[in-house]
Amino acid sequence: MKPAAFTYHRPATVDQAAGLLAELASQDGRVLAGGQSLVPIMAFRLARPAHLIDINRVTGLDGLSMRDGQLRIRARVRHAAFHRPVEDGPLGALLATVVRHIAHYPVRLRGTFCGSLAHADPAAEWCLVAATLDAELVAISTRGERILAACDFFHGAMQTALLPDELLAEARLPLVPAGTRFGFAEFSRRTGDYAMAMALAVLRIEGGVISAPRLGIGGAEATPRRLAVAEAVLTGERPGEAVFRATADAAAAAIDPLIDGQTDARYRRELVGAMVYRALIHAAAQETRA
Amino acid sequence: MTEPVEVTLTVNGRAYPLRLEPRRTLLDALREECGLTGTHMGCEHGVCGACTVLLDGEPVRSCLIFAVQVEGSAIRTIEGLAEGDQLTPLQRAFAAHHGVQCGFCTPGFLMLATGIIESEPDIAEADLLDALSANLCRCTGYQGIVAAVRAALAEIRKERRR
Repeated sequence: MKPAAFTYHRPATVDQAAGLLAELASQDGRVLAGGQSLVPIMAFRLARPAHLIDINRVTGLDGLSMRDGQLRIRARVRHAAFHRPVEDGPLGALLATVVRHIAHYPVRLRGTFCGSLAHADPAAEWCLVAATLDAELVAISTRGERILAACDFFHGAMQTALLPDELLAEARLPLVPAGTRFGFAEFSRRTGDYAMAMALAVLRIEGGVISAPRLGIGGAEATPRRLAVAEAVLTGERPGEAVFRATADAAAAAIDPLIDGQTDARYRRELVGAMVYRALIHAAAQETRA
Repeated sequence: MTEPVEVTLTVNGRAYPLRLEPRRTLLDALREECGLTGTHMGCEHGVCGACTVLLDGEPVRSCLIFAVQVEGSAIRTIEGLAEGDQLTPLQRAFAAHHGVQCGFCTPGFLMLATGIIESEPDIAEADLLDALSANLCRCTGYQGIVAAVRAALAEIRKERRR
């Protein structure tokens, strides 16, 4: 189908973009970044914004930078920017691993990291990464800047803490210390399709035992999140199949599973358990540079 | 301002001054305003890849971009590949390796693969298969398509070594 009619705006600066949002948010104005999620739902008429504010030519919203131990990802940075590691540490490798699971190559050339977070599809890989690593998200408006923690950002499927007149200008991911291991696993029916469950494990093995584990799950609940109960199972234990199985079981039991026509609660829990187990196996097997 | 706006598209090196509604996708503008019907319309929501064109050298779904967005960018479509009767190495490889069955997905695959070949001629085999998985062939003629792209890459690499 064809998208419904809208008025098109192309700001050149961040101030102009914020000004347009302040003016038009109450008139069903929305931000257009890569358009790889928004335009399909417009084609289905699930979204009918009256105004689109295209940020693709806004100067000051482009680029990656490193500051204060954080990778700062501006709003126009596209998924494909992460195809090769953006930094030499575990974070660069983690992002380069996860990005391969996002849709397909042409979509990755166009869609944006911050757009994915603002859209907040439960199955979005970057939302899982942001939640697992406790990202900081920078929202701007004519009132100024607000920094939101990832754990407070995702409110529900396609719902975030962003106010209608706020633009997600930047995501900040903490750098991951050298020697940290990660594992990522995702299940979907076809390559590039929406995740039905995914898990991201980030942990260290020190003195033969697991320390500082982070375990995030996505695609299984309305929002991605870390699972403290499952992390607790890992902490201080020697890595191995038994503890990974126990962690997977804890994760599967802890979730409030999304249910749809093809996926009942039990199946979703089983998928979560399988993905958690695989992510942990990948993490444990990973070679690290201490 | 849902009223028509003035936009000039640059397609295959030629300027097309158009007046169109902002909601007009690049795909519709190419087919219906520019008369370039070689770009095919499949799913219209970014899944099938039939409408793939090159936007400043990068393969993109033209159904997911509005024509008003691409003013000043260089668009390449299937009509811009061959020079007269002179097919590109990729087009010749599609013929030689039976990369074409019904032909519906062919323009999209040719533009996807052209974008890959031109930006990453040394692409690894696994990455090539991953990138080509972006487009659908309803005849399921993937083996011929993959063989054709591999052959074109081999020819281009050989050419480069000379």
